Amino acid sequence: MRRLGKVLVWAALIAFTVAFIYPFIWLLSASFKPRSEVFDHRILPETFTFDNYIQVWHEAPLALWMFNTLLVTVLAAVAVTITSAMVAWGFAYFRFPGRGPLFGLVLATMMLPGAVTMIPVFLIWNSLGMVGTLTPLWAQNLFGSAFYIFLLRQFFLGLPREPFEAAKIDGANNWRIFTRIALPLCKPAVVVTLLFEFQAAWTDLMRPLIYLRDSTTFTVPRGLKALLDQFGFGGEWHWEIVMTASVITTIPMIILFFIGQKHFVKGIATTGGK
Amino acid sequence: MRFIETRAALLFISPWLIGFLIFTAWPVINSAYLSLTDYDVINDPNFVGFDNYVTLFEDPKVGLALRNTFIYTVMSVPAQLIVSLGLALLLNSATKASGFFRTAFFLPKMTPPVAIGILLLMLFNGQSGLVNGFLGVFGIDGPAWTTDPDWIKPGLVLMNLWTVGSSVVIMLAALRGVPQELYDSALVDGAGWWKRTLRITVPMISPTLFFLFIVDSINALQSFTEAYTAFFGSGNTTYSNDAALFYAIYLFQQAFEFLHMGYASALAWLLFIVIMAITAVQMLVTRRFVHYEGGNP
Repeated sequence: MRRLGKVLVWAALIAFTVAFIYPFIWLLSASFKPRSEVFDHRILPETFTFDNYIQVWHEAPLALWMFNTLLVTVLAAVAVTITSAMVAWGFAYFRFPGRGPLFGLVLATMMLPGAVTMIPVFLIWNSLGMVGTLTPLWAQNLFGSAFYIFLLRQFFLGLPREPFEAAKIDGANNWRIFTRIALPLCKPAVVVTLLFEFQAAWTDLMRPLIYLRDSTTFTVPRGLKALLDQFGFGGEWHWEIVMTASVITTIPMIILFFIGQKHFVKGIATTGGK
Repeated sequence: MRFIETRAALLFISPWLIGFLIFTAWPVINSAYLSLTDYDVINDPNFVGFDNYVTLFEDPKVGLALRNTFIYTVMSVPAQLIVSLGLALLLNSATKASGFFRTAFFLPKMTPPVAIGILLLMLFNGQSGLVNGFLGVFGIDGPAWTTDPDWIKPGLVLMNLWTVGSSVVIMLAALRGVPQELYDSALVDGAGWWKRTLRITVPMISPTLFFLFIVDSINALQSFTEAYTAFFGSGNTTYSNDAALFYAIYLFQQAFEFLHMGYASALAWLLFIVIMAITAVQMLVTRRFVHYEGGNP
């Protein structure tokens, strides 16, 4: 009976693994098929071709989209990590009047749906003449983000206070204590923040839809949506182009996962961040 | 000394304070004001009192969008919870290679939502999609998932189940925290697998189930990218997409396609109230079923 149970568990695990991984294989395989064979559901293409990749490269300014996305993503991730860590340290280390209510306010902002601030924030960037540029996609991250502030503060609170008091007695100023002692001790949480925000910024579609107008400024997801509109169901039914572009958009995230797998899993398990 | 410490603290939290004033506090006030105006970005806002809120209740698309969003949420959230609990239980009972399977379940979560919208169109295509091909093996004639209004939302629910990986990881962490002694003593009492799962596992991880229930619901009520990618935008001229018109999509269209900034602000406040109300009801109703080790807080 126990043996049978074990066999069933393994059978179920393998079946689900196939179900979860197969769409990737299907998509990757389709990207190497000519147009007429895209929906033939063969795992290995009958006619193997690189034409789709060459065609996507010709149809879309893909290198530019990649560059735009990478720029936005790196700036967004670095900015939010530095400022959120500063704010988190401010809330974790110092005692000051109003600390509790103020941190409550940080948490309360997480409850506010993005839809409420979306329009006025657009109007701010519009009045600054920034609509159509990449700036609105990342610059807000210069002011920290409630979720990461929460995450990093939790981590800082778990550190022993002695090294900081010792450094203080040795004459180190607050900035030095933060950058030289607190941040290095908090490396796992910093890595989680960087990875989470890298993924969030890379995959975002809504903000690029709102702020980007010209296809030379597109990020990869925004460009992928444009390719779908042009070559997919609205137009020429060139699904092979759409699929190939989807593969190109997804692969960097798969690589990111395998680089930071341990941190991703741990970060999600401990924070409940989704 | 006290003053110096306060000053240092304020310097450290100043990025958030400034950002809060510019990107949260002011937008909230401005959004409340804009919701009482007609505003198209080009001309000055024109104060119209509560007209936008009256229009909300007369606009058939608001009713449609709310209904679509509720139906989707009611199908999607329980499905996500059940599937992720099932997968976490499976992972928890496999002693070997559970890391490999966890990676397999998590990987789809890395896919950009725009690509998930595209995968939906292709995998669930009524004639040539992989899903109907699979159903065909069992002699089932699958529906037109992406064009039949009755099947668009179930298709979206199934597609989104592909990304339960993060919930699985959270639940697995909770399962690993259940003390083994509880199972050992239940085994001595002769309790079977079902009984152990229902009487020990589910109560012990109920705070996590509760957390995911609330968070998944809030997310589902704001669903946008997958459905927008697959069914909206300049490309779709071929078929009706009313069945996929989620509330967030309608809000986006009003704001950024029709430039009805005032009306869209009123839509945003209605969404805020709806989410708050639903979350409050969920908390009141489910709280009594949540078991906290060491007493309820």
